[in-house]
Amino acid sequence: MKRLMKWIDARFPLTSTWKAHLTEYYAPKNFNFWYFFGSLALLVLVIQIVSGIFLTMSYKPDSALAFNSVEYIMRDVNWGWLIRYIHSTGASMFFVVVYLHMFRGIMYGSYQKPRELIWIFGMLIFLALMAEAFMGYLLPWGQMSYWGAQVIISLFGAIPVIGKGLSTWIRGDFVVSDATLNRFFAFHVIALPLILLGLVVAHVVALHEVGSNNPDGIEIKEHLDPETGIPLDGIPFHPYYTIKDLVGVVVFLMIFSAIVFFAPSFGGHFLESNNFLPANPMKTPPHIEPVWYFTPYYALLRAVPNKLLGVILMGLSVVIYFFVPWLDRGRVKSIRYRGKIYKTALALYVISFLALGYLGTCPPTPIYTMISRFFGVFYFGFFLLMPWYTRIDKTKPVPERVTK
Amino acid sequence: MKKLLFLFLLIPLVAFADEGGVHLDTAPVNLHDMGSLQRGARDFTNYCLSCHSAQNVRYELLRNIGLTNKEIEKNLMFAGGKVGDKMKVAMRPEDAAKWFGIDPPDLGLMARVKSPDWIYTYLRSFYKDDKRPTGWNNTVYPNVAMPHVLWALQGVQELKTETKTIDGEKVTTQKLVLVKPGTMTPVQYDQFVGDLVNYLTYISEPYHNKQIEIGTVVLLFLGILFVLVYMLKKEYWKDIH
Repeated sequence: MKRLMKWIDARFPLTSTWKAHLTEYYAPKNFNFWYFFGSLALLVLVIQIVSGIFLTMSYKPDSALAFNSVEYIMRDVNWGWLIRYIHSTGASMFFVVVYLHMFRGIMYGSYQKPRELIWIFGMLIFLALMAEAFMGYLLPWGQMSYWGAQVIISLFGAIPVIGKGLSTWIRGDFVVSDATLNRFFAFHVIALPLILLGLVVAHVVALHEVGSNNPDGIEIKEHLDPETGIPLDGIPFHPYYTIKDLVGVVVFLMIFSAIVFFAPSFGGHFLESNNFLPANPMKTPPHIEPVWYFTPYYALLRAVPNKLLGVILMGLSVVIYFFVPWLDRGRVKSIRYRGKIYKTALALYVISFLALGYLGTCPPTPIYTMISRFFGVFYFGFFLLMPWYTRIDKTKPVPERVTK
Repeated sequence: MKKLLFLFLLIPLVAFADEGGVHLDTAPVNLHDMGSLQRGARDFTNYCLSCHSAQNVRYELLRNIGLTNKEIEKNLMFAGGKVGDKMKVAMRPEDAAKWFGIDPPDLGLMARVKSPDWIYTYLRSFYKDDKRPTGWNNTVYPNVAMPHVLWALQGVQELKTETKTIDGEKVTTQKLVLVKPGTMTPVQYDQFVGDLVNYLTYISEPYHNKQIEIGTVVLLFLGILFVLVYMLKKEYWKDIH
């Protein structure tokens, strides 16, 4: 065994990579509950890729066959129903995990210097994930698949001059059709997963370059053991965090399995009931709503009477996260040492995000539109006023070493 | 503080959540009641399958509700064929569109598109309406294209409007009244529709019972695994303070 390792190490940096990223990668010892979601996002990515491979074996990306091929998977393929429910639940759980992961980053200031690039890579992952989910949702070729894609792609038509041509170019046709289904399939199973994997590697490499932030928002590398040079508050990622993350994995799998086996539709939120009807280009459903993870942005889109401005606002509501590292002028990272103003702003942001998420599922009545505008102001206020309120906020003194 | 704000948030949401619509009766769905599922399969093939397909459902699926291949072939497959066949309709879609104005929808997933409660209430809410080309209308699905196929069983209902004066205010209520009885009593008809809805719910997700069984085992396994993994973590972390 030793000789084999020696043989490999002479040809491939196996032992050194193992050490650099696991046994001698030092993570702060005070990670809490919020730090489970990074490894869980990686787990869901693997679940989606593996279940996706098996679905691809029986799925047919053809507008005449797609819907029934999904039913074939659900009824005739051995364990097909399980694979399909794992994949559909995984899509929603991916967003649950990623949203919590992003919220952790905001809460503890993990995007601040020197981790801006980790944050940007993370945001690119988020964008790729949204594209992946959106294109994957067309594949079952149900009514909501079809009309959801129709609505979202037609948004590009609001762009002046090139809009119309652009949306036709995206669809490959004047309406969502077989051509659209085929190219979305190609993007969903090949292009975007490759991009996602590449970005995940960049995200983790950047993280391991600077080291993890922690709930106290202080740098453990500033207090090294004078003899060993190891951070005093750091512990090797393996075995400590691999074992700890395993606990998180099992709890996550319990929640995941409970949904897969007992409520795969999740009350119509993970699998919408109208999507059990085959796509019918001649019949617009009375009420088109995106899946829950897109509803906050959809609510913002509908809150603006002008279509172009609505599209811009919706785009901005996602893109604005890229600028958070530079919008934040606070002197501390973690919410633990921030003042009342920041905590209030963050609470209002969370409430607005959840409220917009709910409003995005409602029909666009005047009252709902008014409420959407109200929460939209708070949503953007959190970001746009950040340079101001983080500077005047009274922060508490930050400890030298990590606390419990 | 944050929790309080969340509460404030929920108040308007609850208030707005109430949406209009017809009251739906609760369907007696019981996927373990093989008798009911078998009666539902019989009634489905007799009354629904001549117009509505369940094109992804194979007849052999019914072995899972306690029928043998022979029973399926003899009692449920009127046009012959093999048990591996799918439940298709002989009628051509073009003809259907000509006769009914619409191609009757496939029923394989209808219980997931509409709820079982919706179908249960719908099939019991037809009433006579001479303004409609079919002569029938429905309170759950106004101006529906489908005629009341089961009228001979249920009888004929009419929609009666009553205006009462309660405490000086005029209150208008509408209700369905059976004006001509069918071959079944109302209780029998409700049971008949109940079996049918039970069957439609079954074929919309045929592995539902299996899902629950496997899911229970999986959760038990993960529960035990959680205890072990948690103890392992405690052991590893006991020196970290």
